[in-house]
Amino acid sequence: MERARKYLKLSGLEPLIITPESNFINVGERTNVAGSRKFLRLIKEENFEEALSIARHQVEGGAQIIDINMDDGLIDGKEAMVKFLNLIVAEPDIARVPIMIDSSKWEIIEAGLQVVQGKCVVNSISLKEGEEEFIRQAKLIKRYGAAVIIMAFDEVGQADTYERRIEIAERSYRILVDRVKFAPEDIIFDLNIFPVATGMEEHRKNALDFIEGTRWVRENLPHCSVSGGVSNVSFSFRGNNTVREAMHSAFLYHAIAAGMNMGIVNPALLEVYDDIPEDLLEHVEDVLLDRRDDATERLLEFAETVKGVKKEQKVDLSWRKEPLQDRITRALVKGIDEFIIEDVEEARQNAQRPIEVIEGQLMTGMNVVGDLFGSGKMFLPQVVKSARVMKKAVAYLEPYISEEKDEVTASAGKILMATVKGDVHDIGKNIVSVVLACNNYEIVDLGVMVPPERIIAEAKEHQVDIIGLSGLITPSLDEMVFLAKEMQRQDFEVPLLIGGATTSKAHTAVKIDPQYQHAVVHVNDASRAVTVVGDLLQKDKKGNYIASLKKDYAEFREGFLNRQKIKTYVGIDEARANKYSIDWDEAEIVKPNRLGIQKLEDFDLELLKPYIDWSPFFRSWDLHGRFPNILEDEVVGQQATDLFLDAENMLQKIIDEKLLKAHAIFGLFEANVVNDDDIVVRHNSEEHTFRTLRQQSKKAKGRPNLALADFVAPKASGKQDYLGCFCVTAGFGTEELARSYEKENDDYNSIMVKALADRLAEAFAEYLHKQIRKEHWGYASEENLSNESLIKEEYKGIRPAPGYPACPDHLEKKTIWELLGVEGEIGVKLTENLAMWPAASVSGYYFGNPESRYFGLGKIKEDQIADFAERKSISVEEATKWLRTNIAD
Amino acid sequence: MKEKLYQALEERILVLDGAMGTMLQRYEFTEADFRGERFKDFHKPVKGNNDLLSITQPHAIAEVHAKYFEAGADIVETNTFSGTTIAMADYDMEDLVYELNYESAKIAKQVAEEFTKKEPYKPRFVAGAMGPTNKTASLSPDVNDPGFRAISFDELRIAYKQQAEALLDGGADILLVETIFDTLNAKAALFAIEEVMDERNIEVPIMVSGTITDASGRTLSGQTAEAFLISISHVPIISVGFNCALGAKQLTPHLEIVAHRTPFAVSAYPNAGLPNAFGEYDETPEQMADQVKEYLDKELINIVGGCCGTTPPHIEAIANLAKQYKPRPLAQITA
Repeated sequence: MERARKYLKLSGLEPLIITPESNFINVGERTNVAGSRKFLRLIKEENFEEALSIARHQVEGGAQIIDINMDDGLIDGKEAMVKFLNLIVAEPDIARVPIMIDSSKWEIIEAGLQVVQGKCVVNSISLKEGEEEFIRQAKLIKRYGAAVIIMAFDEVGQADTYERRIEIAERSYRILVDRVKFAPEDIIFDLNIFPVATGMEEHRKNALDFIEGTRWVRENLPHCSVSGGVSNVSFSFRGNNTVREAMHSAFLYHAIAAGMNMGIVNPALLEVYDDIPEDLLEHVEDVLLDRRDDATERLLEFAETVKGVKKEQKVDLSWRKEPLQDRITRALVKGIDEFIIEDVEEARQNAQRPIEVIEGQLMTGMNVVGDLFGSGKMFLPQVVKSARVMKKAVAYLEPYISEEKDEVTASAGKILMATVKGDVHDIGKNIVSVVLACNNYEIVDLGVMVPPERIIAEAKEHQVDIIGLSGLITPSLDEMVFLAKEMQRQDFEVPLLIGGATTSKAHTAVKIDPQYQHAVVHVNDASRAVTVVGDLLQKDKKGNYIASLKKDYAEFREGFLNRQKIKTYVGIDEARANKYSIDWDEAEIVKPNRLGIQKLEDFDLELLKPYIDWSPFFRSWDLHGRFPNILEDEVVGQQATDLFLDAENMLQKIIDEKLLKAHAIFGLFEANVVNDDDIVVRHNSEEHTFRTLRQQSKKAKGRPNLALADFVAPKASGKQDYLGCFCVTAGFGTEELARSYEKENDDYNSIMVKALADRLAEAFAEYLHKQIRKEHWGYASEENLSNESLIKEEYKGIRPAPGYPACPDHLEKKTIWELLGVEGEIGVKLTENLAMWPAASVSGYYFGNPESRYFGLGKIKEDQIADFAERKSISVEEATKWLRTNIAD
Repeated sequence: MKEKLYQALEERILVLDGAMGTMLQRYEFTEADFRGERFKDFHKPVKGNNDLLSITQPHAIAEVHAKYFEAGADIVETNTFSGTTIAMADYDMEDLVYELNYESAKIAKQVAEEFTKKEPYKPRFVAGAMGPTNKTASLSPDVNDPGFRAISFDELRIAYKQQAEALLDGGADILLVETIFDTLNAKAALFAIEEVMDERNIEVPIMVSGTITDASGRTLSGQTAEAFLISISHVPIISVGFNCALGAKQLTPHLEIVAHRTPFAVSAYPNAGLPNAFGEYDETPEQMADQVKEYLDKELINIVGGCCGTTPPHIEAIANLAKQYKPRPLAQITA
């Protein structure tokens, strides 16, 4: 008997067994709504007959597996998947091949698995949502009897380097094989094929890293397969099929040699490797294999000479012929404001009273938007655009309505939104407000830096149904606790929503929830906000919901506190004794080229563009993923691309019209550490002291208790060391510009401006740090790092910012302000809670020692608080107030 | 029992029983017999509902089991071929499903225990039979509407889960998913069994037996033998094979395919030849044993028995033959 070996075996009506001898397995991609416009259209029109013929063509054309994907915002993916699969099963000439059930939604995958008798491939699952969900899905897939594609994605993000690819692949493999007992031969890795030749330094190794990752996986993870979507690699050459075809073939040639054994390839876009003209092949392989520094430029240049004819894109306006309601709904869903006034006017003329247009056609359209968003078929930027169209329409109707003295239409509920006292950050709050407004809630937006007494007073006056608080800096957490206490004292009963970057479920559960008897919910993204608010205000069921919330938070709190107890701490003296020690006799200290303070005013924003880290920008719009891969993401890629285009346009406008002003001030000073943790800085014979904080959690042997002071030479060493400080801003003009958009009812662009200002400020900080390293301080004059490496903080030396993990104490900002004269010189102010105004500002220190690194302070104990208070000459109460979130319970 | 079964599988070819229906026909039960005292006023005819006889004529069922054990069978199948809410809907007897399965398993188990007691060196086993139901999850009953389905995976899963639980409660040693003409139905049954095993934290030996419906060599739902094998191999079953529809001779090529491609034990329990012009199976015990000999000579199987038209003499002939052969070698089944 032939011993059954561990080969990937799949089945439709007929078997497909993938052995080392098998040729590359070609997965048909045309039955994918994301990959084929025609297929998408046919599915939308429910023309399944013709859709089936696409599937048939693929099988006839040699596809050995067909990938079926129904993920599109405007179709019911689950229904379409089941319907189409049922029809395929009835077609023996299609159903003979195995099916790849492709969706980013588990419910669609599961629905698909339930209607196919053969052994399918699930495309895909990953560790994105954590191990628990990954294991749950894997167990079910095993039980349904399917193979699975594992995306190289984890809780942190998508793998985009060689190391990350193998790290995630190995971890996924071990979980699947060891814990789920998943057959290793049924595991297929998708190691992320990303575009090359994008012009971005960090994309140079995209193809090579995939190929090398594939080699590693096939050599180290027995029995598994490697797959991928090949057309991504040539994304930069859209429109130039000659180059694309050559790139696909050359890429496959090398990837297959490394062990890639299946993949999604459009056979129409594939040249025979040996038929690629030699010069083209050389240019293409230079890029794919990262063989020369100028490979991209050379290929771009060469591509011009082999360019095919480019097609003009035409705007399809046929929808303008549809009935009025359809046009209005479409305008809202698609966020097209071009014709909305025209359509609303038509509706108004047909209506008895103008208010009916809002209550009728517009609300009907917005309900569609709400449903699509609620079910994950629309994304945040689209919804914000919808809101813009809605606001325009309402603004147009308002004069007619007041003329009629119509009653204001009843809203679903009234929600107060505020950024708390001392905090100026409002992007997240504004997004949540817009989304809630889209869902027919009336928003009372109190803006930023709102003192608690005003929140209470306005809540009473407007009789709001919910209060939403937002904050970004750590002191804001205390403000929220305080407000919860006040609400309790004043017998409020309305639910309290908590959101913002520093907030967390843990803080909400442990610190805020116990202060208020009624509902407290941590909501950190806009899409959840809608469901949470809906549940909180639902008349008949809200009691149960609130009870379950309270219970959930109580349990979470208990779990959190129990876990906390396990951590042990050491006294501050013991921690200091275990400091990180640098051998100062050996250490090479570089004297800055220029000591003292310098200022950059009205800095050219154009120079900052390459330093922008776009990933957080997408995050602020609830689109998660790493840039630029996110532009190609299966689910949010289209949205991300649209948003990115709008962002680039806005950014160019800001730059061209000088709408924002960027300033910076920075200084490099002689500095030494005294008394273990204090850094004394000398400027013009005046001394300023920065008090650093030291980790107090008990460390494993050999691991130090870090403080930033460890990276500067102590006075006792006799060595002169140095320290820098800085403040940059790109925020001047933001408010005015944002407000001008708000006046036009354009929240989309208002939020966009603020988000871009934030990115520019961060880019400025990155740029300036580089100048410091290379020139002003000059300790890394040889450095040559890509933007990606910068984002990953691969440079020498650090620039920690007060209020962030290494130095959570905001108080030291005051010292920076004194030392540099920040407010007087460049106008950036500190609020009473030490947030910077304008919000798009960054301040911090420069440490130049090559051994300095970022770390998190973690929790500290009362003894250090008392010591810190003494060092700073402030009361223990005040020190406790500023460091509360860092004190161990 | 489980260990004894695995041990027996290593040592010898196990013999499965023959047809239940063929044997029951000989009793010539009337409508009144089917009804018994308990269902005498039932609102619908019940003649033909063989599973019901486990409640109304339990002695007959026990007698048939005993005859097969006497003939040399190691394993008998419970009288539960249609014991799901789905199949029982035809008789409006969905409410009886648990009881039917429980009682059927109990009867078979009792008889098995008697034989094991008499011959402890040859332990006898009960396989809880889980039939295909009368609906298909991947075929439309309506030719004009190929996308339509009369039953869903979840409906099947729930029905099979109930059947599996009742069979195990009644004492079945093995669960046998059999006469599979639509692999999706079988996958729902296997899904249900795995759920039960998970919930009860037990391991139950599972046998899977498909049906090749015609000379094309495919199941009714269109899969080849190998595609069928791949589609059910995710479950840690003890055996896979074919039964029904074909005679022993016609089954040989399909058994060869499976036997050469699976680490699981292989089973075959064909009909007594192909039906004649009157729809009767007329292969004699000797003729059938002669065909089975080919399986044995080729080392294709580990479990062998009979389906439609087979009787205790058929099983006796097969058992006597199987005794003289070694079982197909089992590969180490690695998880």
